[in-house]
Amino acid sequence: MRDLAPRLPSSPGFWRSPLRGPWFTSVLGLVLLVGITVLFVTGLLSYAAYNPDLAPVNDKTPDKGVLGFYLFAWPTDPPWLYRLTQGVHVTLGLVLIPVLLAKLWSVVPRLFTLPPARSVAHALERISLLLLVGGALFEFVTGVLNIQLDYLFPGSFYPLHFYGAWVFFAAFAAHAVLKTPIALRNLRAMREERDDLVSPRPVAPTVSRRGALWFVGGGSLLMFATNAGRGFDGPLRATAVLSPHGGPEPGSGPNGFQINKTAAHVGIDPAETRDDTWRLVVTGRSGTVRLGRAELLAMEQHSVALPIACVEGWSTSDQWWRGVRLRDLAARVGHEDDPPDVFVESLQRRGAFRSGALRANQVADPRSLLALYVNGETLSADHGHPARIIVPAAPGVLNTKWVARMTFGDLG
Amino acid sequence: MKRVLTSRSLPRPVIGGPFRILLLGCTFALAGYAGVRLLAGDWLGVALWFVGSALLHDLVLLPLYAVVDRAVTAGLDAAHHRAWTAYVRFPAAFSGLLLLVWFPLIGGRVDASYAGVTGLSADGFLTRWLLVTAALFGGSALLLALRLLRSATKRRSPDVH
Repeated sequence: MRDLAPRLPSSPGFWRSPLRGPWFTSVLGLVLLVGITVLFVTGLLSYAAYNPDLAPVNDKTPDKGVLGFYLFAWPTDPPWLYRLTQGVHVTLGLVLIPVLLAKLWSVVPRLFTLPPARSVAHALERISLLLLVGGALFEFVTGVLNIQLDYLFPGSFYPLHFYGAWVFFAAFAAHAVLKTPIALRNLRAMREERDDLVSPRPVAPTVSRRGALWFVGGGSLLMFATNAGRGFDGPLRATAVLSPHGGPEPGSGPNGFQINKTAAHVGIDPAETRDDTWRLVVTGRSGTVRLGRAELLAMEQHSVALPIACVEGWSTSDQWWRGVRLRDLAARVGHEDDPPDVFVESLQRRGAFRSGALRANQVADPRSLLALYVNGETLSADHGHPARIIVPAAPGVLNTKWVARMTFGDLG
Repeated sequence: MKRVLTSRSLPRPVIGGPFRILLLGCTFALAGYAGVRLLAGDWLGVALWFVGSALLHDLVLLPLYAVVDRAVTAGLDAAHHRAWTAYVRFPAAFSGLLLLVWFPLIGGRVDASYAGVTGLSADGFLTRWLLVTAALFGGSALLLALRLLRSATKRRSPDVH
């Protein structure tokens, strides 16, 4: 009996929780199989939403090679597309944190299994598990830090999270292929099987397996309840008590909705945005025109209700924007019938997206505006006064604020 | 089940299944392709984060909360209140989960940049976390009190039902 009371984690008897076993691990594994697949797909969609293949300025991972194989022209319909996909990506990621932690807890005895490898295949699999566990934690940690604007990680978020996702997914896919049949079999077999995860000398339980699942599910529910509200304005947002862009709105009135980057933060000088100094420089096939606010207001004005959706997973409800259609601006400089791509530059001094490119389908959409008003009032400084882009379904950072220059047909 | 037992009793091949090796070969090819791009910048920093996050979780975070849980369970056991464990474990774990996820905001690490970027104050996060924690423990205590009250009533008047 002496060897059954071991002090080393490599002995099965070291692990005493009566909860560990194939059933518990299989349930959590299958939840993660579905959840992480959705995270991966919505993550890939988010990359596509930036239209990285359109212009270098939109692409934070230009050396992606074949990893960009699936890219496509991001549509403008439905207008809430990015709001949905990115809201799901971030909220689901937060909701899965308790499941991931529980899954890792449930299999931790295997980390210490001796001998380290029983065969070449087993050795390879254990190395792939380092990519799996390290990759999962790397992706969750970089994501969670990024939405809190805590840029602790070693490099720019975009390449780390994108390439990290592919490293992680490589290991995740193999793990899913190897383990899903076993997990399904474990769930079908109602009786608990003998397994290396089952403790040979369990302590008396303080909670049932079902209770433990409620515990994990409760954690997920808590994450959902305190985060889902960031996708809506007003009282729903107030329920997101601990998350960034949750809680109360930044102000009241027509301009009192969520802001990403205030005017002061990106170095906008109020002297440059006054009616008598600001001019929009628009270049196209027929040359360059310089338009003041009065000239823009003399053009046909249109209204549209569109949300703003950020890569960080928060979004606003629909706001009423009013301004000039992008395709009317294209027509003003010689692109009457075939609106081309456009390169938009901001007055911003700082920020990774102080310029951005929009594709022809986005320019052609009648709902795509250079907005001068929001919710019936002139844009505030923090929302991009004197003029900002608003394009249906585009990620927030491509809705350039404080627009200074638009170049149609030449993406620089 | 029977098949598993039979294969376990046989000596295992040193190489392993060809399908598994092929599959893992694909994994390492794809992970390598993405990996060289992931490591293109600060390779040492990224490698440390990648491996370090796994080690930190497995060798620090997990043992830490397991030991705390065991201490709480043992303490309640010694006080003959084993059934109370869940009423401590749930609120403590949920509060810890929120702290683990939102420590940059709760701890005030990003106050200045958060206010600059969002136009929102970053002051309330610690207070709100404490309030949520208080609500979790309070709610749990209330449920325990109700349960104790109900079992006490049942014990006193067994003839009611």
